Amino acid sequence: MEMGERMIRAQLLQAAAEDANPLVPNPWEILASAVGFAALLFVVVKFIAPAFEKAYQDRRQAIEGGLHEAEKAQAEAEAMKAEYEKNLSEARAEASRLREEARAEGAEIVAEHKEKAAAEAARITEQAQQHIAAERASAAHSLQAEVGTLATQLASRIVGEALEDDTRSQRVVDRFLADLDADQSAQAGQTGAAQ
Amino acid sequence: MQSLALMATNEGGFTPPTISDTHLPEIFPWMAEWGTGFGKNMLMAILSVIIIYLFFMWAIRKRSLVPSRLQWAAEAGYGFVRNTIAKDILGEKHFAKWVPFLFAIFFFVLVNNLFGAIPLLQMPTFSHAGPAYLMAAIVYFTWIGVGVQKYGPRYFKLAVVPAGVPKAVLPLLIPLEIISNFIVRPVTHSLRLMAVMLAGHMIVMLAGSGAEFLIGQQESLLMNATGVLVLIGFIALYFLELLMMVLQAFVFALLTAIYLQGAIEADAH
Repeated sequence: MEMGERMIRAQLLQAAAEDANPLVPNPWEILASAVGFAALLFVVVKFIAPAFEKAYQDRRQAIEGGLHEAEKAQAEAEAMKAEYEKNLSEARAEASRLREEARAEGAEIVAEHKEKAAAEAARITEQAQQHIAAERASAAHSLQAEVGTLATQLASRIVGEALEDDTRSQRVVDRFLADLDADQSAQAGQTGAAQ
Repeated sequence: MQSLALMATNEGGFTPPTISDTHLPEIFPWMAEWGTGFGKNMLMAILSVIIIYLFFMWAIRKRSLVPSRLQWAAEAGYGFVRNTIAKDILGEKHFAKWVPFLFAIFFFVLVNNLFGAIPLLQMPTFSHAGPAYLMAAIVYFTWIGVGVQKYGPRYFKLAVVPAGVPKAVLPLLIPLEIISNFIVRPVTHSLRLMAVMLAGHMIVMLAGSGAEFLIGQQESLLMNATGVLVLIGFIALYFLELLMMVLQAFVFALLTAIYLQGAIEADAH
């Protein structure tokens, strides 16, 4: 037993002597790693970390700026929309007001024209009546004179004597005319009754 | 395991890979007498810096407001460190100053871990103890420096004397706090990363040498088929390892943020 143990120990010692101890460092490796790590730390501190931090900050700013701008644009769009809607409703109100006005004005114009036309018609009618009355009066007047002359001539021919005496002839004419008038009105009365 | 392996070696059978195999021959023999010379891991640590620098500077070169796919991916990576690690842990007030530091830590560890999953490179830088110790040490001195700068020598009292604890328990608690905060913390911080990466790399080596042994050196068809099975099984482990690489980078950066937060707000604890 003891023999065996001693043999194994001897073999282990021999093995350890032959084999490298993994816990014993190689100074060259320490030096190489130290130089390497120092160089790495230098470039990381000097270049790599600042570059990544800057990229991170830039992106953050761009995103924040973008969000801010988008908010601004949205607010602007909303303001524009509100204004547009306000304008639209104003325009609608204006249009309906104009329509209403036009309608009222049209009605006024029509009424005015009607009134004018009626007045014109009345004026024309009156004028015509006056004209007719005047014509009639003048016709009656000239007829009166002519009838007197004709009747006198006629009577003088029938009577065969010259009715020189103006006073008498005038009296005769007047009487004749009065008779004629009376005759005429009696005839008119008869005609009216017959009709 | 070693003894079995050695015994097996003696019988001329399968030789599993050892830790020594993770230490490749140096490229340049400078200072080789101190250990291994300038090798693949060191080239890769420097390559990772160039890759991170070129990728992020190329992706962000336009700084467009509407990002391209590449810029989006880079911004997602930066935003992950900035918001998930820095802002959530350190708080709105203090985080901005620490974003570059946490970014450098996270991507340095991540890219170096992912080297383990890329054919030909196929070596996580942090599977070696040296870089892991270095990173943990940088973080360790940074948070102590922050605490001392903010609170002066009083910081060490704040860090090791828990508030609201009965005085009688303090003689027991103070040594525990010293051990846990100032000794165990950097050790676990570095070894967690190194051990997971080393284990992942050992799995790759084991799968590779196992498949090579079973397919290339065995006559029997059954053994060859088993070798194919090893490779198929390794696919699942590859993805597990990929997850571990990302997770370890996240954990490393997250712990860095937590330690910093503890130092910044030491008086609140």
